[in-house]
Amino acid sequence: MSEGEGAHFYREGALDTSHKAILYLEGLNVSFDGFKAINDLNLYIDAGELRCIIGPNGAGKTTMMDIITGKTKPDSGKAFFGQTIDLLKLSEPEIANAGIGRKFQKPTVFESHSVAENLELAMKGDKRVWFSLRAKLNAEQQALIDETLQTIGLTEHYHKQAGALSHGQKQWLEIGMLLVQKPYLLLVDEPVAGMTHQEMDRTAELLKSLAGKHSVVVVEHDMEFVRSIANKVTVLHQGSVLAEGSMDEVQQNPRVVEVYLGE
Amino acid sequence: MLMSQILKNDRGGQIMLAVLAAVLIVVPILNLAVADTSPLHVPTYLVTLMGKYLTYALLAVAVDLVWGYLGILSLGHGAFFALGGYAMGMYLMRQIGDRGVYGNAELPDFMVFLNWKELPWFWQGFDMFWFAMLMVLFVPGLLAFVFGWLAFRSRVTGVYLSIMTQAMTYALMWAFLRNEMGFGGNNGLTDFKDLLGFSLQSDYTRVALFIGSGLALAIGYLLCRYVINSKLGRITVAIRDAESRTRFVGYKVENYKVWIFTFSAMLAGVAGALYVPQVGIINPSEFSPLNSIEIVIWVAMGGRATLYGAVLGAILVNYAKTLFTGLMPESWLFMLGALFVLVTLYLPRGLAGVWAGLKISFGRKREVAA
Repeated sequence: MSEGEGAHFYREGALDTSHKAILYLEGLNVSFDGFKAINDLNLYIDAGELRCIIGPNGAGKTTMMDIITGKTKPDSGKAFFGQTIDLLKLSEPEIANAGIGRKFQKPTVFESHSVAENLELAMKGDKRVWFSLRAKLNAEQQALIDETLQTIGLTEHYHKQAGALSHGQKQWLEIGMLLVQKPYLLLVDEPVAGMTHQEMDRTAELLKSLAGKHSVVVVEHDMEFVRSIANKVTVLHQGSVLAEGSMDEVQQNPRVVEVYLGE
Repeated sequence: MLMSQILKNDRGGQIMLAVLAAVLIVVPILNLAVADTSPLHVPTYLVTLMGKYLTYALLAVAVDLVWGYLGILSLGHGAFFALGGYAMGMYLMRQIGDRGVYGNAELPDFMVFLNWKELPWFWQGFDMFWFAMLMVLFVPGLLAFVFGWLAFRSRVTGVYLSIMTQAMTYALMWAFLRNEMGFGGNNGLTDFKDLLGFSLQSDYTRVALFIGSGLALAIGYLLCRYVINSKLGRITVAIRDAESRTRFVGYKVENYKVWIFTFSAMLAGVAGALYVPQVGIINPSEFSPLNSIEIVIWVAMGGRATLYGAVLGAILVNYAKTLFTGLMPESWLFMLGALFVLVTLYLPRGLAGVWAGLKISFGRKREVAA
């Protein structure tokens, strides 16, 4: 990574992915009461990539997401968003505004609002009290809502109350709520937990369609699902990267087999 | 038009305001233009009683805004109501002039009685109607703003917040009970003579206050509905349903809470200001914690998060109160308690919920028939 240093001026706040990678995690360490949750973790995600992260329980997947989104501060190491944005210096809302969106495991949508209103509320824009009193959707925002509904496949549920959606639909709506914030990087935590097979297939389609326009990092337990979407898989174990590569490569890696089947 | 736009999709509100308009037209005619001997004549005491209910209804709307839509169970709205009432009461006291028992043009009777020589600083300006009306909005608003700013920024929510609001009104009650506070102590402010030069005993003044209360209710209702229909309203409901999620999406939840709470307190203050000249007295019992709890019962009874339900609940419960405290004075509190339990158990969405339920089942039948 050293080749580009010096050639780049540090521009505060602007995302710079000129070196392909959008996320750099280098030498991260976190421990909770002596337990090393993250142990010298190095991970690079390319712009536009769809990456799956797998690993047994306690491998540090959630902690890693927490570091990226600013919820947890590491004891040491570096976390950069693009070339220039130091994630460790930013607060949670600042990171969200910089363009990292996170979808939590349990879907939380605004249940008594319609599907479209959920997207309206999640949209980027002036979020002060007095502005909201007079706020009206402009044509551009309306178009964004329509387009997002198209992407997440909920167009016909435009006026439906979000609380009345199925579990899978709520998950998609929540992904939509991230999309209207126009993030560069999407972190998706166990998107298919509790979904039916049909819903899983649609979720796979959805995530694949997002790659390219966005970088997507998916943490998932369901191997079948991971196989169906991933080009590249990263296996975490005891807080560091155990293996990285295509699903087949990873599955044939003896260390991975040992971690998953041995012990 | 603006009004029809605000009331779009609010059938309950349309009906409520239509009934209110009819009452505001018919009752004054039946009081002023129909002879005393006619069975259609509405006696003045009844006009005033209805005027009082209307101020309660406005108070209930204010509580429904924060409880029903923002999810803050305020058990202290009686304090804002009482503060608005005191601001109005202070103006009415100054209007008495030298017609008091002691004939002091400058000082209200209770101050003369306490041997005070001059008007305290906080009574200055209350001889001017506009100033008093400003204070009716400003004092409850300021208290709500400061209270809310401290409580919401510290992220106090749920039961803890309710208890704090209750403590606030309780503390104010004890403060106002003290003679040294300068608000007439235990007796409060009373013996009012006139408002803007019109005698408070006159039928015309009473009718005017009744109409004023009705208009205040209508305007307060429309303002609340306007807020709820806006994006601000959708954010408010989002905060009620999923507060941390709303924060995560990027809204400064505490700012929203403070402003809605303050606005609601101002509405309560207006209600109190209209209440005082109609009942003729304001004293510390209005700060009593029980009063604030009763307001919540009105709203629960009528149906939370509907606004018109709050109006309905306030009027029905208070009508029942008038009726039963006349018939069986001891039983009222038990009945109120029983009513609350029954409504919570069997009508969780209040009377407005029953109506909405009927509408849905009726609509289904129609669909089946079609």
